[in-house]
Amino acid sequence: MNSTSSTAAQSQPPSRLANHFQTIFNSLVNTVAIPLTGISVFLMIWAAGAQSIDTSLGAFPGPAAVYQQFGKLYLEHNAERAKADAFYQRQEQRNNQRLDVDPDYTVKVRSYTGKETFADQIATSLVTVISGFLLAAFIAIPLGIAVGLSKTLNAAINPIVQIFKPVSPLAWLPLVTMVVSAVYVSPDPLLAKSFLTSMITVTLCCLWPMVINTSVGVAAIDSDLVNVSRVLRLSALTHVQKIVLPAAMPMIFTGMRLSLGIAWMVLIAAEMLAQSPGLGKFVWDEFQNGSSSSLSRIMAAVIVIGFIGFLLDRGMLQIQRLASWDKNSAAR
Amino acid sequence: MSTILDITGVDMAFPTPQGDFTALKGFNLKINKGEFVSLIGHSGCGKSTVLNIVAGLYQATTGGVILNGKEVTEPGPERAVVFQNHSLLPWLSAYQNVELAVKQVFGKRKNKQQTRDWIEYNLRLVHMDHAMHKRPNEISGGMKQRVGIARALAMQPDVLLMDEPFGALDALTRAHMQDSLMEIQHELNNTVIMITHDVDEAVLLSDRIVMMTNGPAATIGEILDINLERPRDRLALANDPEYTRLRAEVLKFLYEKQRKVETIHDKKNTKSQPLNGSEQAA
Ligand SMILES: Nc1ncnc2c1ncn2[C@@H]1O[C@H](COP(=O)(O)OP(=O)(O)O)[C@@H](O)[C@H]1O
Ligand SMILES: [Mg+2]
Repeated sequence: MNSTSSTAAQSQPPSRLANHFQTIFNSLVNTVAIPLTGISVFLMIWAAGAQSIDTSLGAFPGPAAVYQQFGKLYLEHNAERAKADAFYQRQEQRNNQRLDVDPDYTVKVRSYTGKETFADQIATSLVTVISGFLLAAFIAIPLGIAVGLSKTLNAAINPIVQIFKPVSPLAWLPLVTMVVSAVYVSPDPLLAKSFLTSMITVTLCCLWPMVINTSVGVAAIDSDLVNVSRVLRLSALTHVQKIVLPAAMPMIFTGMRLSLGIAWMVLIAAEMLAQSPGLGKFVWDEFQNGSSSSLSRIMAAVIVIGFIGFLLDRGMLQIQRLASWDKNSAAR
Repeated sequence: MSTILDITGVDMAFPTPQGDFTALKGFNLKINKGEFVSLIGHSGCGKSTVLNIVAGLYQATTGGVILNGKEVTEPGPERAVVFQNHSLLPWLSAYQNVELAVKQVFGKRKNKQQTRDWIEYNLRLVHMDHAMHKRPNEISGGMKQRVGIARALAMQPDVLLMDEPFGALDALTRAHMQDSLMEIQHELNNTVIMITHDVDEAVLLSDRIVMMTNGPAATIGEILDINLERPRDRLALANDPEYTRLRAEVLKFLYEKQRKVETIHDKKNTKSQPLNGSEQAA
């Protein structure tokens, strides 16, 4: 098909319209056709490879099995929601009946304690990762600015950062679990302990890239801009607001994107290990279950994890595009 | 005429790993109100160091600077600086860059309307009112430098300090900028210290040219009064014998009296710079 179009283009000068269509065609090929081809090839290799792998839980799931499993997970979710609705309806009825009999009766509302569905686990993981990330950003960015501005502080904190940065979340987890159990004692906790444990582990692991990138961005500010600030006698606070923050913004966002990626990976591992609710627990539970559909359910989770990771990164990039003046650094 | 700025007995030694490096030794200069003074000298002789000491960005090792009877101890907007590479905040528009300075310097002393008028007046002065809402990366090098000058002028400084303000511009743009600067100077009559390595620029713009000896321990070699009538016109001056004489004086100082001693090491660099054309000292 290419040969005919190219000979046509040679024999007569391409009209504007033809050129226009050529551009659209090219961009379609680049943005749709080539990625689709890549995905198809991957699916074929996966399907072919899956058949030849036999595990103790049956054949490794191919794309079709995983696709079916998504449907099942969705149905299970709906069924569970229906049960919950029914539960709340019954509870309300009961309460109303009691109130009719005894107007002084104080209504007790119990929440439904059914099994978490796949969608619930996704929501839990998302909330946890975003909370952990925000907490880390809240600590790391001001700290990074301070470290970037002060050579002394940098010298003091750098070794600590360098040592903690490579620590795996799995090493933190037991410590965090014990500390949370010891410190967070409340009869009616607002937040579940498991949530706190996962969140803090995420925070600990994604602090460092943000601290490092922010401080590097701040320390690398053009000395001429600092001199402008000095000539204007900007106060320390205005200096940070008007000069330091905007100048370091591209690097701050680089750090945030790195951190968010790490946060998501760390969270899944932490949930698996600590059995805290979330996608990681879903994977672990399925693994322990060992039913014939377990592997395809895990595979479904893997795909969702990847997809959410991708969306988180895109989301961060979009925020960067809106917030940062430097459109070049936000291009990738 | 009254002295506004007094640089007295300034020495500057920079600490280096090989011990102190004395950049300046015994630098003395008095500048009158409304005077335009150029500093010229070979690259690395210490021109920027002098300017930075006056700006308060560096502290002289001995000696000091007195402006309007007060000693200079820190940077401040009454000694506005125009840096060589414009140093505009890239995330702000031309208008906002000037605004930051105006709000900081005048604060509550100007109301909203006055602030806006003052910003626009200064941008008009440098012929940047047509592009005042553009960011630095959307305008040319010359335009950026114009905004930098507007920002400095908007601080209403007692002394305007310019470190090779047109050094990074091409020859045509530079000529335009020099004409603009003369026009502004005619209108505002600021006290200016400008560093340049362009002999023509120095003669065209200055009331006095301060020629510096080579470092280390650089100081003032000669001072040349430029009594050419203002307003000056570059085309008319090209055939003016006085202009030619002054120009020759500066060239003689730079290339005979203060000829840069060539070591074998940097011979290659010096050779590649022809001495004809616009005669640059760097
Ligand atoms: N912060 C500094 N530390 C050490 N040496 C410096 C410093 N600033 C300037 N110098 C040295 O002082 C001399 C004069 O520098 P400078 O004033 O920048 O020269 P110019 O502006 O005339 O080209 C140079 O030899 C330079 O290497
Ligand atoms: Mg210099």
